[in-house]
Amino acid sequence: MRVLGFLLRKEFLQIFRDRTILGMLFIMPVIQLLVLANAVTFEVTSVRMAVVDMDHSSMSRGVVTSLAASGRFVPVESSQSQALADGAMLDGSVNMIVVIPEGFARKLETMRRAQVQLIFDAEDGAAAGVMRSYASAILAQYSLDVGAQIFPVVSMRLSPAAERAPVRGRPVLEVRHRGWYNPALDYREYMVPGILVILVTIVGSLLTAMNIVREKEAGTLDQLNVTPITRTTFIAAKLIPLWSIAMVDLMIGLVVARLVFHVPMLGSLLLIFVAATIYLAGALGIGLWISTVVETQQQAMFLIFSLLMVYLLMGGLFTPLRGMPVWAQWAADLNPIAHFVALMRSVLLKGSGVRDVAGHLLALTVIGACVLGIAVRQYHKSSR
Amino acid sequence: MSAQPLVVDAVTKRFDATVALDQVSFDMRPAELFGLVGPDGAGKTTLFRILTTLLVPDSGSATVLGLDVVKDLWAIRARVGYMPGRFSLYPDLSVEENLRFFASVFGTSIDEGREMIEPIYNQLEPFKDRRAGALSGGMKQKLALCCALVHRPDILFLDEPTTGVDAVSRREFWDLLDTFKASGLSILVSTAYMDEATRCDRVALMQQGHVLAVDRPSVIAARYPHPLLAVHATERHALLRILRSYPHVASVYPFGDKLHYSDSRTDPGVDAIAAEVRSFLATQNVSGVRVEPIAPNIEDAFMELMGAPEKLIQAAA
Repeated sequence: MRVLGFLLRKEFLQIFRDRTILGMLFIMPVIQLLVLANAVTFEVTSVRMAVVDMDHSSMSRGVVTSLAASGRFVPVESSQSQALADGAMLDGSVNMIVVIPEGFARKLETMRRAQVQLIFDAEDGAAAGVMRSYASAILAQYSLDVGAQIFPVVSMRLSPAAERAPVRGRPVLEVRHRGWYNPALDYREYMVPGILVILVTIVGSLLTAMNIVREKEAGTLDQLNVTPITRTTFIAAKLIPLWSIAMVDLMIGLVVARLVFHVPMLGSLLLIFVAATIYLAGALGIGLWISTVVETQQQAMFLIFSLLMVYLLMGGLFTPLRGMPVWAQWAADLNPIAHFVALMRSVLLKGSGVRDVAGHLLALTVIGACVLGIAVRQYHKSSR
Repeated sequence: MSAQPLVVDAVTKRFDATVALDQVSFDMRPAELFGLVGPDGAGKTTLFRILTTLLVPDSGSATVLGLDVVKDLWAIRARVGYMPGRFSLYPDLSVEENLRFFASVFGTSIDEGREMIEPIYNQLEPFKDRRAGALSGGMKQKLALCCALVHRPDILFLDEPTTGVDAVSRREFWDLLDTFKASGLSILVSTAYMDEATRCDRVALMQQGHVLAVDRPSVIAARYPHPLLAVHATERHALLRILRSYPHVASVYPFGDKLHYSDSRTDPGVDAIAAEVRSFLATQNVSGVRVEPIAPNIEDAFMELMGAPEKLIQAAA
């Protein structure tokens, strides 16, 4: 126990002496949070739109005006030729084509219904979906205004050769959305807890691996191994400082989230910190495990980023888990990041209590215990 | 301490196909300064790692201070001092912080170890607030020695402590080792420098995982089997070629600015051989020739042993 104290003192001494590491630890998280949370968003604005108006009526101009008036669509081209518009989409200068057929206004007046063709560049599927729902909503509103029905005929276009069959939109039901827990559907409220998880994970696993591998590279690990320091003491002395730093990072992150992004914090912060403690056991465990299988800091860095990339992308951070294939949803059950992200969002945005997130807590505990257990075992095996 | 500080018995260690140590055996006497001498790749570092409990031998056994290196590793770790070949302290910690840290993990303090490290610490003290990474090579090595000694070990393992250190610092370092030896410490030191071998009480000559000979340096040198001449000429390169063509040559190799020539005959006497070589060189039009009979030193013996390992193993046995 006394030896652990000396080792801890040495670790903190080294951490607080290294200005680069200090900066990485306490300033980078804030900057990353500010940059990422503002930049990572699913919103689509300023869609470049080509208009092929074959009708030249006040009604057809009204369609274009209402789209443009939303602020999301910017008419950049207007021609009589579908081919010209297609060319513009192919070279990427427009993301969307609106085709208003001849006789549009006449049909609206006589039959009270008409069609408009909307063609979207579906190269970025998520963005195309968002554009489509915006455009449909705007057209529906315009239909109401003119007292007639306008049916959008939608094409998602990957390339002119692989054009999908047109989807006929039938406004049979009127759908009204109301978002609970995040009424304004503010992406930042949703993203910030997730980004906090990324930061804590990177600090936890990357620094742990780098820190131990650095001792390996410097030869100090051998030197320590010829002292009466036991493996367990050594591991504890490595994990405790990095665990505390990750917790401090989480605290800083939460303060920024509250003060800068006004992320609601409905649930118990204590619950968040308890969950983070458990979660970090796994994150630090991964760092420890990696330190046993690599020889240099470069290898450690590469391995951590490869692993994190997979875990982050499959953790429901950027894309909803429910949209993933079944096997990926199963994999997410074993992914600590998925549980911690879900728990953070649930506690912060919904105010969930211990009972509501008990499943996530249990999963985090089991995963954390397994990962840390395996890593410690591996560490014991890899050195004498 | 009645037990022998170190007994190595038929230790063998393989790394995949490479045999790093092959049936290595020797032992140390109390308060002995024992040298492991041999070129890079001889297996010295592997042996150190086994003796300091960092590696397990494939076969054979070794005891340090009467303790088995495999079974009693924790007891050994508390009582040995180890200085690896590479500088292995924390470059971002100061001299004093490094020293205090290594003292504390052994459950002691700088003050308690002060007496042991006094001769070195006096030289280090002016730099005690300097970061270890910013020290000169010689100072780093002294700090490493201090850290290996601060817990007052009963045996000291020094793996190539003087590699990359200037000549003056090397001499100082060996003087220090003499001081520690005089205080009763057993020291195992490895080196690739032959001139340092002569400063050891006994040495084990090693090559490619084999121990070629174990004895006092003077005895190993005296066991050299051939008459030996130091030959000097203006053109060393031509001289080497010509001497190698001499019918009675055993070996010729460069040694400083001279060549060491050994003769395959033993009966004519070294002075007679010197005269013959002198007249032979005269017939070959070599200018600036000086030929002197010399006593073999340990390096000559080592070169001879390395050239014919099987012969040497027999001789050692």
